[in-house]
Amino acid sequence: MRITAEHVIRFVEGVAARIKEHRDELVQLDSAIGDADHGINMDRGFTMVLEKLPTVADKDIGTILKSVGMTLVSTVGGASGPLYGTAFLRAGMALADRYELTPAEVVAALEAALEGILARGKAQRGEKTMVDALGPGVDVLKEAQASGEDFVPALRRSVAAVEAGMKATIPMLATKGRASYLGERSIGHQDPGATSVFYMAQVMLEIVEGIQE
Amino acid sequence: MKKLINSPESVVKDALAGMALAHADLITVHYDPDFIVRAGAPTKGKVGIISGGGSGHEPMHGGFVGKGMLDAACPGAVFTSPVPDQMLAATKAVDGGAGVLHIVKNYTGDIMNFEMAAELAAAEGIEVAAIVTNDDVAVKDSLYTAGRRGVGVTVLLEKIVGAAAESGANLAEVKRIAEKVNAQGRSMGMALTSCTVPHAGKPTFDLPEDEMEIGIGIHGEPGRVRMKVASAAEITEMLATPILEDLPFASGDSVLAFVNGMGGTPLIELYVVYNELAKILKDKNITIARNLIGSYITSLEMAGCSITLLKLDDELTKLWDAPVDTPALRWGA
Repeated sequence: MRITAEHVIRFVEGVAARIKEHRDELVQLDSAIGDADHGINMDRGFTMVLEKLPTVADKDIGTILKSVGMTLVSTVGGASGPLYGTAFLRAGMALADRYELTPAEVVAALEAALEGILARGKAQRGEKTMVDALGPGVDVLKEAQASGEDFVPALRRSVAAVEAGMKATIPMLATKGRASYLGERSIGHQDPGATSVFYMAQVMLEIVEGIQE
Repeated sequence: MKKLINSPESVVKDALAGMALAHADLITVHYDPDFIVRAGAPTKGKVGIISGGGSGHEPMHGGFVGKGMLDAACPGAVFTSPVPDQMLAATKAVDGGAGVLHIVKNYTGDIMNFEMAAELAAAEGIEVAAIVTNDDVAVKDSLYTAGRRGVGVTVLLEKIVGAAAESGANLAEVKRIAEKVNAQGRSMGMALTSCTVPHAGKPTFDLPEDEMEIGIGIHGEPGRVRMKVASAAEITEMLATPILEDLPFASGDSVLAFVNGMGGTPLIELYVVYNELAKILKDKNITIARNLIGSYITSLEMAGCSITLLKLDDELTKLWDAPVDTPALRWGA
């Protein structure tokens, strides 16, 4: 499978569109346990990302992703800005000078993104954060890689794990971030950060499935 | 939603432009990245004092930029932490060679963005220290939360630390005083109504006409308990008791009592609360040596109040009394 810089750009554009589409839903989720701005902030950030994208479109994949990360850090604010910004920056650093990717490189970049989020946010799994969605998704990809499974079915299972992880945040007690102030009242609500992770994973799967066809 | 705005997108910039025009003698406003800086900055040889946070809490922080308080403030979008570019640009603008103190309220986003800015400033050779305020007793400070929120103490700390820097204290000394203020201050707030974030267009939470929320945060985060509205005397007791028990404040203590409006509560009601607070403290043999009454750390148009008590000693009292000349706090200047 050839995953090119053009696919990466389509992924970023797709994420921007998906976030815009679900902006109000993300705001709703955040108003239940946070401060009602996750959809607004992510939409603002990815709108700026789209504006900057043409300036790096002919560059290597690492440069494209680093530019996305820097733009998110500079425009999103809140906790999502540093967390998603760091994730894209780390993924970009893992893919420096690459114009084409193997599935193994995609997995390595996602692993680097997860490590960046863990380092910046200091959350563990089970604390009702984006880590609860991204973590299981990365686990599935790493296991599939070890067992030699094809990338597309592995990514399908991975996105299903992300979705399950997102839904698993509903009964969780938040112990990190603004939702933790609610204590037990955070139980029963889906984490907005885990939800935006799921939408990104969905877009990634759609792009990769498109390559196969 | 009814608001005096042109659009939710332009509200922060429009307000900054108004501040720049109104207070040109005290402050200068920079755009992209946005920050408010004291006129004539940097002050050579003085520790720079910076704060920042989401907009919607006015006059905090921009209204506290000026002689004897902050050197710069970084406003984020409404209720959203500013971004590292802002703090980095502000840090560079106020660095007079003696280092810079970042005053950060304890919210996950603020902490991460200020951390990234401090890393970038350090890479450029500027010495940065940070103080994180976390005085809200409504939140349990435990392994199971992000820790207490930074609220009313932040205002008092900015004034006191600003005075220390103005008097020539070095960065380590300024940080020591900042830690002392944070350690000796406690707050708790309550809401009678919700606030409406301009972008969201509708109230952050629903609070029935006859109910109130005790322990509310400054972004409309839900509090400890929701109940029927009570008298000012009962509400003041509900706020003061957890504050007094937490530090704990003791008989013979001398305090600064800060009764703060949340944005939609008139001063007449804040004085009613202050009167009740004075009675409670008198009963406990705690002396109100200084006070501050008014809306200084707000939550847009939320009606309600917060109470902050800061245990004073000679050092903090002297710094509190020192001259200050900012858009929102001014005395002795």
